[in-house]
Amino acid sequence: MIEIGLGHYLTLGAVIFSIGVIGIFLNRKNIIVILMSIELILLAVNINLVSFSIYLGDLSGQVFTLFILTVAAAEAAIGLAIIVVYYRNSGTIRVEDIDNLKG
Amino acid sequence: MENLELVLPEIFISLSIMFLLILGVFKKDSSRLIQNISLLVLLITAVITFNETLGIDEVSLFNGSVIVDYLSSFMKIATLITAFLVLVISSNYLRSLNIFKIEYPILILSSVLGMMIMISSNDLIVFYMGLELQSLALYVLATFNRDQIKSSEAGLKYFVLSALSSGLLLYGCSLIYGFTGSTNFNVIANQLNSNEYALTFGIVFILVGLAFKISAVPFHMWAPDVYEGSPTSVTLFFTMVPKIAALTVFIRFLYVPFFYLIDQWQTILIFLSIASMVFGAVAAIGQKNLKRLIAYSSISHVGYALAGLATGTNDGIQSSVIYITIYVLMNLGLFSCLLMMKRNNVYHEGIEDLSGLSKNHPILSLSLLIILFSLAGIPPLAGFFAKFYIFKSVLEQSMFFLAIVGLLSTVVAAFYYLRLIKIMYFDKEKEKFDTDHSMWLKFSLGVSTLLILVYFVFPSQLIEIVSRINIIQ
Repeated sequence: MIEIGLGHYLTLGAVIFSIGVIGIFLNRKNIIVILMSIELILLAVNINLVSFSIYLGDLSGQVFTLFILTVAAAEAAIGLAIIVVYYRNSGTIRVEDIDNLKG
Repeated sequence: MENLELVLPEIFISLSIMFLLILGVFKKDSSRLIQNISLLVLLITAVITFNETLGIDEVSLFNGSVIVDYLSSFMKIATLITAFLVLVISSNYLRSLNIFKIEYPILILSSVLGMMIMISSNDLIVFYMGLELQSLALYVLATFNRDQIKSSEAGLKYFVLSALSSGLLLYGCSLIYGFTGSTNFNVIANQLNSNEYALTFGIVFILVGLAFKISAVPFHMWAPDVYEGSPTSVTLFFTMVPKIAALTVFIRFLYVPFFYLIDQWQTILIFLSIASMVFGAVAAIGQKNLKRLIAYSSISHVGYALAGLATGTNDGIQSSVIYITIYVLMNLGLFSCLLMMKRNNVYHEGIEDLSGLSKNHPILSLSLLIILFSLAGIPPLAGFFAKFYIFKSVLEQSMFFLAIVGLLSTVVAAFYYLRLIKIMYFDKEKEKFDTDHSMWLKFSLGVSTLLILVYFVFPSQLIEIVSRINIIQ
């Protein structure tokens, strides 16, 4: 059995973070997927902060995590509202079709 | 409690926001009332900041997580006054678009509150909370003309890219916290000797996030789209107020916790600065929409402000602060002109709408001429001095390449400013614009033009005010 230490948690965080970033750039279909990717990025940061906090024996990392969770909820709410507004105007939320502003 | 009067401006503005929200919900048709109260709140907050905090040298509050010093007071007052002017000149525009609603001033107030928290932050958590408070309000502001597809698309793009940049910034914060064991800037500064390599990663991530917010190349791609799509009054807000706050955070973040790692971040800043100056100058040439052109011009101006920060000296910081102050002044004048270009309550924003402006509106085109010359950096206008201070502090550090690239891109940028002037003065004239502008719009255009024009008579005033900013001890 391997001992699970800080490095493993950090690797997990880095992997989830990369999945989130790649998800935003590779996704050509749906804006909802982008919203999920953003959520993944924030969760990866939370994993990082909590594992650092445990490892350092310092509470402020966990406090930071609570703040991030709250902000993530607010961000998701505003993001969904903007998507609804956009859908009402254009009738689509396909990423490829969002190209009215170009120059 | 410890010196609570030092955070009185923030307390006052947040209580006012809650009060205004309740008032707006319970009182019908109160958008005008709320607009006026918000203006009053911004003014009172500026006065409180001026009275309570401007004389303070440096005090930390709440276990060192909030700092009040001369830089923060100066930047807060600049933010508040700019926000006041933005709000006061945009009311006619909003009315003609039928979006004169109670939410608009309240959203501006809450983003200003976020910026004030950002400006005062001395801790990663406080910094992040301030940043998100301003961003969340700005997403909604960009989408404010919600029945128009352009505005909602601008909001959508801004939301996605800004949320991504916040994510990158947070990842950087988590790395810095993990390798120094604290979120406080001063404690981080004392822990730097450990694990420099990992910290560089954190700094890079945070710089990417900040560059997104200040729209420096290569993280600028949202700016032209968002500036074009949002309502003009919101664009006006975007080009000025968040930049003041973001620049302050740049200064504080680079020079307080990471000053001893200057070798690591100096190259990044020089790259950001050169790329923004050159790209902003070149990409603006082919634009047909004035707001898009202003977006590229603001990208290149941000490049100059960052050049001052790249020097690593107090002189450089001061010249950046002067630059951003003068830049805000010039942009205020530019947008006042833009808000005056309306025919029968339809606002025009194409470059070809400027053609022959001098025949119908000689005074408007004269002030636009002065503002454009100043943006291009032609002496003896204020814009020239702003660039002069930057180049002086850059050359003092023997960073010749940065200075040469900066000068060359000024020349390129002069092309599109001069093209606007040529269109205004030598092309065929069009129909007249309306002249029933509000008093405040005329006031802001007049004052900004006048200040740009007479700046060279008393340049030492601004320098004296700014010279009290000494971040590096």
